[in-house]
Amino acid sequence: MVLMQPTARQLTGIKALVHVLALVPLARLVYLVFTDALVEPLQYITHSTGDWTLYFLCIALAVTPLRRLSKWNWVLKLRRMLGLYAFFYGLLHFITFLWFDHFFDVAAMLKDVAKRPFILVGFIAFVLLIPLAATSTNAMVKRLGGKNWLWLHRLVYAIVPLGVLHYWWMKSAKNDLAQPLLFACIVGALLLMRVWWARQKSKAPARASA
Amino acid sequence: MLIKRSSNGIDLPFSSEITPRHVFEARRDFIRQIAAGTIASGALLEMLTREAFAQGTGQKLPARLNPSYSALDKQTPRKDATTYNNFYEFGTDKSDPAENAGTLRTRPWTVAIEGEVKKPMTLDIDSLLKLAPLEERVYRLRCVEGWSMVIPWVGYSFSEIIKRVEPTGNAKYVEFITLADRQQMPGVRSRVLDWPYVEGLRIDEANHPLTLLTLGMYGEVLPNQNGAPVRLVVPWKYGFKSAKSIVKIRFTRDMPRTAWNKSAPSEYGFYSNVNPDVDHPRWSQASERRIGEDSFLSRKRKTLLFNGYNDVGSLYSGMDLKKWF
Repeated sequence: MVLMQPTARQLTGIKALVHVLALVPLARLVYLVFTDALVEPLQYITHSTGDWTLYFLCIALAVTPLRRLSKWNWVLKLRRMLGLYAFFYGLLHFITFLWFDHFFDVAAMLKDVAKRPFILVGFIAFVLLIPLAATSTNAMVKRLGGKNWLWLHRLVYAIVPLGVLHYWWMKSAKNDLAQPLLFACIVGALLLMRVWWARQKSKAPARASA
Repeated sequence: MLIKRSSNGIDLPFSSEITPRHVFEARRDFIRQIAAGTIASGALLEMLTREAFAQGTGQKLPARLNPSYSALDKQTPRKDATTYNNFYEFGTDKSDPAENAGTLRTRPWTVAIEGEVKKPMTLDIDSLLKLAPLEERVYRLRCVEGWSMVIPWVGYSFSEIIKRVEPTGNAKYVEFITLADRQQMPGVRSRVLDWPYVEGLRIDEANHPLTLLTLGMYGEVLPNQNGAPVRLVVPWKYGFKSAKSIVKIRFTRDMPRTAWNKSAPSEYGFYSNVNPDVDHPRWSQASERRIGEDSFLSRKRKTLLFNGYNDVGSLYSGMDLKKWF
């Protein structure tokens, strides 16, 4: 069965499919902008790229639980590209902010980041994503050593809640918390599963090593 | 008297430049009809407006351009102004009101005017349409979210209402209470705000000639998503101060507790005057993007104090606008 153990060829196909799917939101955005379908394009782009950053972060965080629950070990091979797509949409989100709000005036942007807390939180989350994206190549894994690399990439456990907080804070002024609440629940569940598994592991070390 | 002739004999200056073609053409037809003596102006207005409502929105609402209250800015395309709206009673997305407001019934409709007034009254929409001559005024609209539009509204100064109800000496504020009907307004089922939506003005603000009781836009009856059948437009304040689909107007001694102020008092003050120097935690107020005009390649334009309506400055003389935001 493909899902249990895809062949190398099948895995290549799956990866290609994920790439295509991951670029659909961008293609849609480009289409909407260039067909003049949006009344306020930059606000739409800002919101949509922000949403997709969070979606991809959640999907990337869901890989490990999915693997443990389904025993599909191969899904781990998709994790890095999913994380990179989260960074990709986060980068677009950041560029839009820089463009939309500040017209590439970095000094004005930094002033704004310092002044408005919800932007600061999002900015920190974005900055923390940079080293993760930068060390995503095999060469970097080797250079850092597996253990260091893993440790560094655990930063994601801080980044995702910061992203949700950023979204929550942005929405809270308008009391429109249904979506941030949904994100918070999903991310909370994904992180709690890890806490649970870590505890199980520490409780029964003898059996695990036996 | 509906049509006033200006003393210099020139009607409607600039109308061809700043008013959409179908509107000024309709207006000319209307004037021609009157000049031909076909029908008395009051009766014609009644006939036209009854016709308008019988056929729903998109119907003409004849009004005379008031150039002294009309900005010469390029007008926002009607399509943008009617599809990009904040009207939380119909949903929180900008496209929700245009999609969901079809269920709103704007007839019959009454507005109760009460509180600290000598002559409380309840007016239906026909009485409101006839209460004073309808004017077209082109106002800039600045949303607290950092975008702006330029919209030709149809209505008359709210002071016309104030004159008729005769506020008592105790009337210091005016409270505008809007419809909150779960049946007609799907957004009211969510708890985004404490319904009904309430807005308010100090009585001198309400009495300022710029404050417009609005019954139409783009020469037509107000579309539901823009606050039909009757709303307020206060052009020197952020858009949310202009209550939509009003059902009750109360003159009060105390400052009304407005919907946004109740929801987030540190972010939405009672006054909410457009002010580039007073920041909002979510949106920079220093600049804005003019919908339909500023390309997304261009830098945002600077926001003007009081949205450029400097006349109103005297209402706030001696007030610290950072404190009374």
